[in-house]
Amino acid sequence: MDFGSINIVVLMVASTPILLAALGEMVTEKSGVLNLGVEGMMITGAVCGFIAAVETGSPTLGFLAAALGGATLSMLFGLLTQVFLATQVPAGLALTLVGTGLASLLGQNYQGRTPPRVPDLDIPVLEAIPVLGPILFRHDAIVYLSLLSVIAVWAFLKFTRAGLILRAVGENHAAAHALGYKVKAVRLAAIGFGGAMAGLGGAYISLVRVPQWTDGITAGIGWIALAIVVFASWRAGRVLIGAYLFGGITVLQLNLQAAGARVPVELLSMSPFLATILVLVVISARRHGATNAPAMLGRVFHAS
Amino acid sequence: MIAFVKRPQPSRAWMLATPLLAVIVTMILGGILFALMGKDPVEAIRTIFWDPLFNPQFAGYSRPQLLVKAAPLILIAIGLSLGFKAGIWNIGAEGQYIMGALAGASVGLALYPLDAWWIFPLMVVAGAVGGFLWALIPALLKTRFNTNEILVSLMLVYVAEQLLASASLGLLRNPEGNGFPGSRNLSRIDWLSNPELIPGTGAHWGVVAALGAVVAAYVLLNRHLMGFQIRLTGESPRAAGFAGVNAARLVVFCLGTAGALAGLAGLFEVTGPAGQISIDFNAGYGFTAIIVAFLGRLHPVGILLAGLLLALTFIGGELAQFMLGLPSSAIQVFQGMLLMTLLGMDILVNYRLVIGKGKAA
Repeated sequence: MDFGSINIVVLMVASTPILLAALGEMVTEKSGVLNLGVEGMMITGAVCGFIAAVETGSPTLGFLAAALGGATLSMLFGLLTQVFLATQVPAGLALTLVGTGLASLLGQNYQGRTPPRVPDLDIPVLEAIPVLGPILFRHDAIVYLSLLSVIAVWAFLKFTRAGLILRAVGENHAAAHALGYKVKAVRLAAIGFGGAMAGLGGAYISLVRVPQWTDGITAGIGWIALAIVVFASWRAGRVLIGAYLFGGITVLQLNLQAAGARVPVELLSMSPFLATILVLVVISARRHGATNAPAMLGRVFHAS
Repeated sequence: MIAFVKRPQPSRAWMLATPLLAVIVTMILGGILFALMGKDPVEAIRTIFWDPLFNPQFAGYSRPQLLVKAAPLILIAIGLSLGFKAGIWNIGAEGQYIMGALAGASVGLALYPLDAWWIFPLMVVAGAVGGFLWALIPALLKTRFNTNEILVSLMLVYVAEQLLASASLGLLRNPEGNGFPGSRNLSRIDWLSNPELIPGTGAHWGVVAALGAVVAAYVLLNRHLMGFQIRLTGESPRAAGFAGVNAARLVVFCLGTAGALAGLAGLFEVTGPAGQISIDFNAGYGFTAIIVAFLGRLHPVGILLAGLLLALTFIGGELAQFMLGLPSSAIQVFQGMLLMTLLGMDILVNYRLVIGKGKAA
């Protein structure tokens, strides 16, 4: 087996969708909202991006449409949980059901089509560095975007006033409300951001990683993204580590399958999910119940 | 000015009215969706909700199907509702359903061609145990390590799907199947099958079990200490702690029961309507049952009615697919919308709508 440069490139491609979706969900959760609809928003983004890219011939427009599609769908969840004060867990599940169905409906005429290729953005000078150059500096724009958004999200939450307000809303919505912050507006914005990021992640699967449209193309990655947020204990840097770790497991299992390893294919295919469970157990056990989760995570806010 | 004011007590009237309202609103929204797809909305709704029951051309086939489809939904939803009431979120019923079917079918197939009266009951027990053990994984991880049961139970669905694929390609593959994936057809082997008990009704052992589960859940919730503890934990976990409710035992009980019932549903399905273990044996009942549980207000009788309604959307959906070319995913969107509408309307149960009385305090 080849663990050289090719595989690191493949690893980054496999990790990017998880990273994007998990980062978006982390921001949503930081505002105190638990949106379990990531899988639904991802697959909707995947189909919106695919259709837009095929119809216009432009991957850029595809990714824009994906972000828009994910964000629009997330507003259904926002409407339910913020305006109609619905319980977040079933509302998120409903979002996944609607999203998966909708994606399959929208995509039914697009099976077997080929999307336009997403060009690699060769970074001048740096790409010429031997060995490291091809590994690190010859990716498509979305890979860089995903890495930049890790820094952006980290800096936003840590240094900006808006980030502070978002965290305040997530830690104590009553106090934030008393200080005059618009709890619901902040949460809707965070939900929308999460939706857009999940949409982007979905489109990365349908436009780059696979690249084609089939029903159920996200195959549980949205759920792994949710687990990554727990694994990362709500920190942007650790989301990056988590996403790349799981991307690595995915690639490794695919490589082992391709190499005809003497392990049943099914066992290899289930390994990312088993690994996720294992990591969740280790993380949860270590903290002895005291989590780093935003204090208001999953709680309904009603000003009264 | 429109404002919502919290009610001191949830409104019982709205609690009963909102599921009906949600169905009506979803029909309207669904009609719009079907119209956007270029189908006649009235005809589509009629094909889904009316024709399977009353159209003489289809009712003969469709009516028995109602019980066939509703039984697994009701069985699974009854189990889920116990946990949901207590704030224990088992959303991996699909995996527990698969594991029940696998465990039960394995027992029957391992003993093949032995023919004895006790084999089928043994398979039923194995099915329940299979689902129970699969649900015990998230339960024990939660009680022992405080691991999130939502994520673990869901991850286990994907693991179970792989085990199902592995079994239908390997261990349980029909030796006389010319190499095709899938097990022997259990429904064609008399002593391993789960036949229709009353001809023309669709009622098989799964229907009997579903009705039994409805009654048992009703008794449990209203007459038994465990039911009281479940309700108390859901309403106030802190109060439950003071009242001496053992939270860990409750988690194991709720998840385990849900798993056992989902496993039973899987076993009855594989020995009856589905007939065999195959790669695509699971049909999403585990997820749809979540809608059934909520639409039925987590109440056993409500779940019975909601299960029949969702079964109707499945059958009507197939009919609409056949008659109008309506894709099956449209029905999934419809079912998802139903859950969303219901959750949105729940506000009327807990809040009072105030119009025009200035700003609410």
